[in-house]
Amino acid sequence: MTFNRFLGRALSLTLLTLGAVAILLPFIWMLSLAFKPQDEIFSASIQLLPSSIEWRNFVVALTETDVPRYLLNGLIVVFGILAFQILFSVPCAFALTQRRFAGRTLIFGMVLAALLVPFHVTAIPIFLGFAQLGLLNSYWALILPFIPTAFGIFLFRQFLAQVPAELFDAARVDGLSETAIVWRIAFPLALPAATAFAIFSITAHWNDLFWPLIATTDPHLATPPRGILFFRDEESGNDVGALMAATVLITAPLVLAFLFAQRKFPQGLATGGLKG
Amino acid sequence: MTALSLATRERLTDIWLAGPATLAMVVFIFLPVAIVAMLSLTDYQFGATTFSWIGLENYQKLFSSTLGRKAITNTLIYVAVVIPGSVVLGLLVALGLHRMNHWAPRLSNVFRTVYFLPVAATLVAMSVAWQMVLHPSLGVVNQGLVAVNLPPQNWLGDRGLVLYTLSIIGIWQTVGYNMVLFLAGLLAIPDELYDAAEVDGAGSPWSSFWTVTWPMLGPTTLFVMVITAANAFRVFETVATLTKGGPAFASDTLVYALYREGFVYFKAGYSSAITIVFFAILLVLTLLQFRVVERKVHYR
Repeated sequence: MTFNRFLGRALSLTLLTLGAVAILLPFIWMLSLAFKPQDEIFSASIQLLPSSIEWRNFVVALTETDVPRYLLNGLIVVFGILAFQILFSVPCAFALTQRRFAGRTLIFGMVLAALLVPFHVTAIPIFLGFAQLGLLNSYWALILPFIPTAFGIFLFRQFLAQVPAELFDAARVDGLSETAIVWRIAFPLALPAATAFAIFSITAHWNDLFWPLIATTDPHLATPPRGILFFRDEESGNDVGALMAATVLITAPLVLAFLFAQRKFPQGLATGGLKG
Repeated sequence: MTALSLATRERLTDIWLAGPATLAMVVFIFLPVAIVAMLSLTDYQFGATTFSWIGLENYQKLFSSTLGRKAITNTLIYVAVVIPGSVVLGLLVALGLHRMNHWAPRLSNVFRTVYFLPVAATLVAMSVAWQMVLHPSLGVVNQGLVAVNLPPQNWLGDRGLVLYTLSIIGIWQTVGYNMVLFLAGLLAIPDELYDAAEVDGAGSPWSSFWTVTWPMLGPTTLFVMVITAANAFRVFETVATLTKGGPAFASDTLVYALYREGFVYFKAGYSSAITIVFFAILLVLTLLQFRVVERKVHYR
């Protein structure tokens, strides 16, 4: 029995380690190439790790390319989207849960219907509209389409529905306006929901390629994924080391955020999985 | 302000709170859906000044042309490989880590982090990394194959291979996500059930899996399968980064075809038809997912 148990553990440990190596392979290779000197990259023999750490590739990526610009664009777009999403969805969720008005059921029905629509479906008409308005190739083009977030409203609604109405009534008696109640009382209470939503939203939009590929052609507006493709197509195999350094820089923010907030991250993304 | 009646003021507050989000949903979601459905019945091209109604011709083209069919079958093959691959592997990893939690909790956590990494990492950047891993001469995979005297493969350039290479990257990316969902499902199984199974003589890991774990995980498994399918049907980033649908459309998929026809060739009408077909598939999957979630909630 104990021998069998030992055997079982050894077997599962071996299999899990093999799987983990397969999962880590592209990460290891990416880091390895990013730190390898040029001649080692182009050597045909297998060499998993660099013989010495070479920072040149990172220096090149950070000083001679637009990578810092892509990272900045990513921050602007991701936090621009998140700020507007919260600004629009929290008051709506509050109205849906804590106020009684005629269109309430209809609006909630719309939220549920909107949950069913993947972004890809709306891309063509939004592109057409933005082209008409001359909005393409701007930060607004990258931010505006994502402001309505049915998922965000849904999440905040679920959360605020559990807050007892008396709490808000007390604030009303104290003379707070409804807007003040939303931001000073409801929003702080909904902070756990906001964290999960922020993780979902930031990850989704930092990683998105589809819409930036459509809405912008200007390299100066490229978000990180769009930018890395510009960079790759430009260097066309001449400076693989710098390209890999750039991919490291672009992947690092979310990976580090994940490593520092390990419990929250899978939670946030798993709630996001409920979205269609 | 005081001139307004209380009721009017209350209505204005409602509009002020719920109006902006509602309006944004109409403008950026519902209106575009209606427009894309209409466009799919026209021959409209981006930039053109006129268009004509052509009925279902775009749909006919999608389902009868070689290219259209190719995009559909490729997507189906991709989904058919990724679902079993990432669900089975996700389950196995979750089972292993769940057990390991009893005898090496720290190590189990480290593994969990490792398996989840691809979910958090930017897929486009990781695709560029994969391109180097699979590079015909500089890639570690082919170098490894050569080192053990096996023939190197052109992973992304071979027509027969490319779709499966992309599927493997798809599996690599989703295993960790499915693992997290399965781990949550495993945690929800009460220990008494295992004790009861042991009393009934089903104490070995093998039989306790089939008598307790697997039946109890049923709803989770269904949920994971539907969610994996819904995500796999959207495959775009890896295709756009690694193959652009090639070589010779061997890795063309629905969303990539939608992008190419609409935004590279500017055929808005045809691209809209692809969009609607894609939407219909996802709609079925998402409704299925809602049903499953509901069942999961009422389970027991």
